[in-house]
Amino acid sequence: MPSSDVPERALDDLLAAEQRRSVPPNLPEVPEHEVIRHYTALSLLNHHIDRGLYPLGSCTMKYNPKVNEEVARLPGFAQLHPFAPREAVQGAFRLQYELQEYLKEIAGMDAVTLQPAAGAQGEFVGVLLMRAYHTARGAPRSKILIPDSAHGTNPATVALAGYDVVTLKSSPEGLLDVAELKAHLDSEVAGFMVTNPNTYGKFEKRIVDIARLVHEVGGLMYMDGANLNAIMGVTRPGDVGFDILHFNTHKSFSTPHGGGGPGSGPVGVKSHLAEFLPVPVTVKDGDGYRLDWNRPRSIGKVHGFWGQFGLHVRAFAYIRSLGNTGIRETAQAAVLNNAYVTARLQGTYDLPYGRGLHESVFSGASLKRFGVRTHDVAKRLLDFGVHAPTVYFPLTVPEALMIEPTETETREELDRFADAMLQIAREAETNPDLVRSAPHTTPVRRLDEGRAARQPDVRYAPTSSAEAVAAR
Amino acid sequence: MSYVPHSAEDVRAMLEAVGVAGVEELYDDVPRELLLGRDLAIPPPLAELDVVRLLRSLAQRNEVLTCFAGGGIYDHYVPAAVDQILRRSEFYTAYTPYQPEVAQGSLQVIYEFQTAVCELSGMDVANASIYDGASACAEAVRMAVAVAKDRRHKVLVSATLHPHYCKVLDTYVAGLDLDIRTVPHVGGVTDLGALADSVDGSTAAVVLQNPNFFGALESWEDAAAIVHAHGALLVAVFDPVVSALLKSPGECGADIAVAEGQPLGNAMSFGGPGVGLFAARREYIRQMPGRIAGATVDEDGKRGFVLTLQTREQHIRRERATSNICTNQALNALAATVHVATLGLSGMRQAAELSLRKAHYAFERLIATDGFEPLFPGTPFFKEFAVRGPDPAGVLIAKARARGYLAGVDLGRFGDSALAVEDGLLIAVTEKRTREEIDGLVEALAS
Repeated sequence: MPSSDVPERALDDLLAAEQRRSVPPNLPEVPEHEVIRHYTALSLLNHHIDRGLYPLGSCTMKYNPKVNEEVARLPGFAQLHPFAPREAVQGAFRLQYELQEYLKEIAGMDAVTLQPAAGAQGEFVGVLLMRAYHTARGAPRSKILIPDSAHGTNPATVALAGYDVVTLKSSPEGLLDVAELKAHLDSEVAGFMVTNPNTYGKFEKRIVDIARLVHEVGGLMYMDGANLNAIMGVTRPGDVGFDILHFNTHKSFSTPHGGGGPGSGPVGVKSHLAEFLPVPVTVKDGDGYRLDWNRPRSIGKVHGFWGQFGLHVRAFAYIRSLGNTGIRETAQAAVLNNAYVTARLQGTYDLPYGRGLHESVFSGASLKRFGVRTHDVAKRLLDFGVHAPTVYFPLTVPEALMIEPTETETREELDRFADAMLQIAREAETNPDLVRSAPHTTPVRRLDEGRAARQPDVRYAPTSSAEAVAAR
Repeated sequence: MSYVPHSAEDVRAMLEAVGVAGVEELYDDVPRELLLGRDLAIPPPLAELDVVRLLRSLAQRNEVLTCFAGGGIYDHYVPAAVDQILRRSEFYTAYTPYQPEVAQGSLQVIYEFQTAVCELSGMDVANASIYDGASACAEAVRMAVAVAKDRRHKVLVSATLHPHYCKVLDTYVAGLDLDIRTVPHVGGVTDLGALADSVDGSTAAVVLQNPNFFGALESWEDAAAIVHAHGALLVAVFDPVVSALLKSPGECGADIAVAEGQPLGNAMSFGGPGVGLFAARREYIRQMPGRIAGATVDEDGKRGFVLTLQTREQHIRRERATSNICTNQALNALAATVHVATLGLSGMRQAAELSLRKAHYAFERLIATDGFEPLFPGTPFFKEFAVRGPDPAGVLIAKARARGYLAGVDLGRFGDSALAVEDGLLIAVTEKRTREEIDGLVEALAS
């Protein structure tokens, strides 16, 4: 830090002694190069997409283009203050506005908000939109339907927004069951939250009928956009009958997962819900752009400022790179890659619901006869330099292995993964201990999660802060 | 350009292996009438060079001004080391650390982040971060209501809380039957007499920001005494830079402490992504929202880290989870962690002290200028203060902009909020601002 260049004054004049900390924070004092070495060393312990395949089902771990990282760091984006006057930030508003337009077109929706900070917050916005819509028509209604294959965020969101969750059983083919739906439809249903393609990777064939039935009782159709990557440019949720959907820019639109965030979860709606979108909305006004706060029926505000702008820049750059045809090619390649991996694994691993579009859900149940569980298969995969698939989800598939290769993997990489999976299946039979004791080549071996939960150690504290200070 | 790697030969071989004639066949489950059957109405693909040109041209329509604006997002210095670490794809292209054996880097960073948040806030435990300061504040209130087992339904919010945090809180409690009330301010600080009159046995939580939205210093200690006398929880909204010097929420008796962590190592980026800091007293750890990393050992007894206490979370607990949150702001939390490690205790304290000194220099220069007066005379502040000038704030901001300065935040913009002040200008000064820049701003505003 530079020395002060303003006239010297006693600290007590500026901040009374009793308002200052008596115990300073116990923070490290290390030279910069030691900091760099430390975090570089930590980084080397991570699996990451630039190292190899990351076939996590429902997570869409595609390559993160480097140019997106560069443009997001342009000073004209990175150094913008959210309260700068409108005239000084026209480029940023224009980018947001055009991104909204692209997302509208991709989803077949009439309006988009970029405010939600992540998919789960997008879901929350979606459910609040349902509440606002129904309230404006008399009563908020009391329940929301969710299939049993849904992501955990769906029921958690519904509860957060004060609705009751009604879980619907999937059909034996892993699809929404129309009879089951009919049995639960009544005038208390605020909406139906559906992931399409669903978490088995299957396109809901009867979605048009389902949407009609839900609409007939006055309910709204919500699409969890987690699996949008499979269908963008091919078919559009808005044309299928959905009223609301959230996007995950960190899935479909390649914004980096960052080790668990930041995400970004824009929400698209049909025109009858546009007036309820969260404030502010970025709008075009003559030749310029501005934030529109004057929306009296809005559900309110969900983000501290104007959404995850840095991610908006990356998603915008990605969509413009791909363009109209590249978006469809991306979806088709994601589906082809999954079909190829599925073809290679089918027969060795059970596939209870059949091949999905962008992902397939296998079951490791057949290996149980050798005393090997899906958990073991996942850990053994780590020894091959690939990440494990999503495991034990959906909850409806025993010993689930949910595999989503994404479009950016080469045939060679897919073969390498399939070979590893097949080898592990053989090992399960011939040398189950090897699989059960995996991983063998990772920085640490299986960790004691029970101990972590029983004796929570969630921060470094060698001694009390006061003692640490005294020791200094 | 797309990022699909296949040659025509690859595609042919893969289709053959799958046993279909074309990719379209793989979409057989999609009813024909639902196929789009046309190109999306989006511009055609662009080469990388054209993407850079396009984004540059948009960025150039924004003005990079010398920043005296705050209001929750601050232009503090970010050491070069931070971005160098952020650019490591080992961190930014990793997923959530669900397979801890190959995610020890991300997990240890979270553990270090939680430690830094605890140290700065003076609290016992912290989570891996929440979306931003506003949602952290809203989640804190929801948690306080859940912790209060005796069905307390009243929440008191100081009028000096960030107006956007108030709005987000209102949205987040839409599904709960809560009575949210505002405690007025006197002279720019919370009226503790009014707080004492309002708090009672039905109060679950009281939210108090310090330094408050006007930059003025509040007393968490006095508030805590009032709040705790009625068995309610104090939610302290703090500033992690100021916290290196100012008495921390933990020292003052706060039960939950939340903050916008952007000032630690993160670009302003038009207000997002930031990083919500969330800390609490140890007894509440099992009610906290969001991810938490914890230390444990592996089969060989080697120290390692995992995500822990996951039975609070949506992927296990579904509709009974403490929150629906599924991500944290991991990369932004990494930036904050590297920032704190690079500056160290002395650097953090210098940044806080320089901001304090420079803000007071700016305040005095401005108040000595014709037509400028403090909005709240005599009220102590830290790095941000509110003034009224000879012209409306919008005019002052326009004048300064013409000379390359962002003069501050127009308090009139919060029209429907309890703290909207017509003609009020909120000015923030960080360690980055030089005396020359401060003098230049004063000159621009006085012109």
